[in-house]
Amino acid sequence: MTAKTPLYDEHAALNGRIVDFAGYFLPVQYPTGVIQEHMAVREKAGLFDVSHMGEVTFSGKDALANLNYILTNDYTNLKTGRVRYGVMCYEDGGCVDDLIVYRMGEEDFFVVVNASNREKDVAWMKEHLQGDVTFKDVSDEYAELALQGPLSGEILGKYTELPQKYYSFIKTTILGKDVIVSQTGYTGEYGFEIYCAPQDAVEIWRELLKDERVIPCGLGARDTLRLEASMPLYGHEMDETISPLETGLDFGVKMNKDFIGRDAIASRTNRHRIGIKITGRGIAREHCDVYISDACVGHTTSGTHCPYLKGAYAMALVDQAYEPGTPVLVDVRGRKIEGVVTELPFYKRSK
Amino acid sequence: MKTPAELKYAKTHEWVRFTSETECEVGLSDYAQDALGDLVFVNLPEVDAAAVKGETICDVESVKAVSDVYAPVSGTVCEVNEELLDSPEKINSDPYGAWLFRLTDVTDTDDLMDAEAYISCCEEEA
Repeated sequence: MTAKTPLYDEHAALNGRIVDFAGYFLPVQYPTGVIQEHMAVREKAGLFDVSHMGEVTFSGKDALANLNYILTNDYTNLKTGRVRYGVMCYEDGGCVDDLIVYRMGEEDFFVVVNASNREKDVAWMKEHLQGDVTFKDVSDEYAELALQGPLSGEILGKYTELPQKYYSFIKTTILGKDVIVSQTGYTGEYGFEIYCAPQDAVEIWRELLKDERVIPCGLGARDTLRLEASMPLYGHEMDETISPLETGLDFGVKMNKDFIGRDAIASRTNRHRIGIKITGRGIAREHCDVYISDACVGHTTSGTHCPYLKGAYAMALVDQAYEPGTPVLVDVRGRKIEGVVTELPFYKRSK
Repeated sequence: MKTPAELKYAKTHEWVRFTSETECEVGLSDYAQDALGDLVFVNLPEVDAAAVKGETICDVESVKAVSDVYAPVSGTVCEVNEELLDSPEKINSDPYGAWLFRLTDVTDTDDLMDAEAYISCCEEEA
C-alpha cells in the first residue's frame, strides 16, 4: 500500500509529478524540472518533503550502550544537541541501513532511518535490544521538511533561532508549532531539516514557500544533489552485501569498540568506492561494468548528469583503490565510454 | 501541450514532418519531452543507418533515465541534427524545431496519426 505524506495535496496543487517511492506518493519533480531545482539548492534555496523518512527513539539507562552495540559509530561522547552519522550492520558485515542519531538527552536518542528500510530496521533493532531501554517507532508522529541551500539560514532565521553548527540541532518553534531543527541534509549544501507534527507540516511548508527565493524540489533533484556531493545511498553504494568500510565510510565505523558485524568487517576483502568523471559521450548509470586496462574491476553503483558540475559522474565499487587520473572505460548498454578516476566528493561547498 | 496540425505522429511519441513524399524529419513530441524531463544527452543514429518502423533507432537521456527513440516509419537516415549533441535542452525548449534526424526512401507510413488522433492517444496514456 502506498501512503500519502501530510504534504501530498500541496505537491498535487503545485503540479508535482507524483511517483510511488519507498511506499509513499512523493513528487519526483515539479514543473520547474530537475535541473532548475538542483541549481536552486546550489545557488539559493530549495524545499523538500522528506516525511517518508523513518524515526525511532531509544531511551533509558542502557540506550547509549544499545546504540553503541547495534551501530558502527561510537556515541559515547556525542553531546546533547548534536547529531552523528552511523551504519547498522548484519553479523556478516553487510549493511542493514545507514542513519543519523540525535542526542536529545543523556539517556534519550532520536534516530532517523531510510524510509525503504524502516520495517526491516525496526525489526532488527527490536531483536537486538538488551538491558534497560525503551524503543519506539515514532515515524508516524513526525513530518519532515528539508530547506537546503546557501540562503536557507537567512530564510528559516526569520521564524526561529537556528542550530549554529553543522550536525547540531535545537528544539524550537516555527509559527508557534513545536519543531526540531537540525543543520543537516542530503544535498552537500548548507541547510536545515525540520521535524514537526504531521498536522503542522502544511502550514510550515506554505510559509517557507512564500519567500520567492525558495522553490519546491522533488526526489529527482534530491538524488542528483546527493550524487554530485558523493553521498552514499542505501541500495546503491551500500546494501546487505557491502560493508561500510568497502564503501568508504571509515569515519563512521569505530573498530575499537564491540558492535554487531565488527569482526566480519575486519576480515573482509575490501573493495573500494571510487568516483568516475565520464569524459566520453554518454551517461553512466548504476550497474555498468567498469574496466581498467581491459580488466573488469567492478561496477557503477549510481551515476547521472550532475547539473552544477555540468557533466556525467558515477560512483563505482571496484576491487582496489585507484589513483585519481587513472583512465577507465564504462560499459553503457554495450558501448564502452571513457572516464577517469576522480577524487570524492565530486562537489564540495565552499565555506 | 502543443501538437501542430501539419505534422504526423507515432504512438511512440515521435513527430514526422514530410518534406516530400519520400523524405521526412523526425523529432520528439511536446508530450514526450515533458514526460522525459530535462534532457541532457542525445545519442543520434549514424548517417546511412536503416530505420525500421517500430524499432529503436537512437536514444535520449534525461537527468533521471535513458529512453529509446523508435523509428516512426521505415527509411534511411540521411542527416542527423548535430546541433543537439551540444544542446540537447533544445528538445525541451523547442520540440518541433529540434529534429533528431532526416530520412529518405520513407515507407511504412500507414500507422502515423494526425494531431487529433495523437492527442486522444496521449490522453488515454495519461
